Amino acid sequence: MGQFKSLQSLHKRQSPLAQTEHQLKILEDGIFTSGEAPRFGDRIQQTLGGALKTTQLDILQVNLGYMCNQVCAHCHVDAGPDRKEIMTKQTMQHCLEVIESSSVKTLDLTGGAPEMNPNFRWFVTQAKAKGVKEIIVRSNLTIIVANKKYHDLPEFFARHQVHVVSSMPHWTKEKTDRQRGSGVFEDSIKALKMLNDVGYGNPESNLVLDLVYNPSGAFLPGDQDDLCQDFKRRLDEGFGIKFNGLFALTNLPISRFLDYLIASDNYEDYMWTLVESYNPAAARAVMCLNTLSVSWEGYLYDCDFNQMLEMPINHKSQHISDYEPEVMDGRLIKVSQHCYGCTAGAGSSCQGAVT
Amino acid sequence: MSYYDPKDLRKFGRITEWSETLGEKFFDYYNSVFKEGALTPREKSLIALAVAHTEMCPYCIDAYTKDGLERGITKEEMMEAVHVGAAIKSGASLVHGVMMMNKVNKLDS
Repeated sequence: MGQFKSLQSLHKRQSPLAQTEHQLKILEDGIFTSGEAPRFGDRIQQTLGGALKTTQLDILQVNLGYMCNQVCAHCHVDAGPDRKEIMTKQTMQHCLEVIESSSVKTLDLTGGAPEMNPNFRWFVTQAKAKGVKEIIVRSNLTIIVANKKYHDLPEFFARHQVHVVSSMPHWTKEKTDRQRGSGVFEDSIKALKMLNDVGYGNPESNLVLDLVYNPSGAFLPGDQDDLCQDFKRRLDEGFGIKFNGLFALTNLPISRFLDYLIASDNYEDYMWTLVESYNPAAARAVMCLNTLSVSWEGYLYDCDFNQMLEMPINHKSQHISDYEPEVMDGRLIKVSQHCYGCTAGAGSSCQGAVT
Repeated sequence: MSYYDPKDLRKFGRITEWSETLGEKFFDYYNSVFKEGALTPREKSLIALAVAHTEMCPYCIDAYTKDGLERGITKEEMMEAVHVGAAIKSGASLVHGVMMMNKVNKLDS
């Protein structure tokens, strides 16, 4: 994706793609209106013998805000330093009430850079006290070295047994910096060493450090286990870095990645790749079955991608403050053509491949 | 308009429509070849890329460049594979120079 460089969010650039209606229109048009390719809704209906519906609430994924110290080329959140949207302590309190009263096993914190929310540490501490089994932080790594006030994050994570899930698109500086910004690779290596120093990635410890790989352009991720072995060998040999597992994620055709696909004339081919790689087994295991996504304002979505496309859940309760268990009881999940990203190949979820 | 249309690669599977048995035999064989064996799928992908170039097959170049990227193969590794193919191809031409030498030596006293 060498020819495409952008250092500002779509929002800041006032790109038409900053409007979700524009994105949804692009996704609905083209090969799907001409009838060449089947629509996702029809395809999954055929696989499941019915509509896609939620099963139970296992994972509460909370977006703490769009503010980020990085501007990555593929960001589906369109996050960056110019984004000021941030979750309030009151909304976090509503999330804690749901954690306490529901079957939530995992609290999955994302952003932007979730650590930049001034109430991040309070939220983690409170959630831990409520007894949630697992807390995941989706850390961009560089935040740990970005400012002195974040240098002790590894100790904080370790103290609260936070499961750290970190983006690391490649084991080469060139590919990582091209996708995530100049200097990101070296800062990520420093941060990974700091995490290793407090015990993360050491199989003897119970501190889990997983990496997230996503392709650097308009192609699907390869086999997750093969990529994991490759990353383990290269990061260990080159930098002495250890980590536990690797999640291989497919880039979904929304937001800045959609912008890249269109600008690089890869959009139609990429959509065909997703459609032709549709895997019924992955379709039966998509993450929206047992996940609820909460926006920085507290609104509820089927997943982080639907959140970014402003497709609210199909239920009368639309906000975390109105949460009721029926929200996850066989609720119809809203779909569009971007959903093909979760069912391509081995499937893709926030926990990596699903088959 | 070129004779080659990149979109035709997506239609490759349709060759079975006009000869089902042979087409399916080919795809069974093809898929078996690329499975893990004495060589890894990664190594096979690089061989396929090199051969794609020596055969000058645009569809195969598209397919195995993408396959390589998906497998995390670097552009340096891909280019080295292409050079292996090119070296064999040029060597194959050049080694025929021995035939020319033999002929010259026989004919020209």
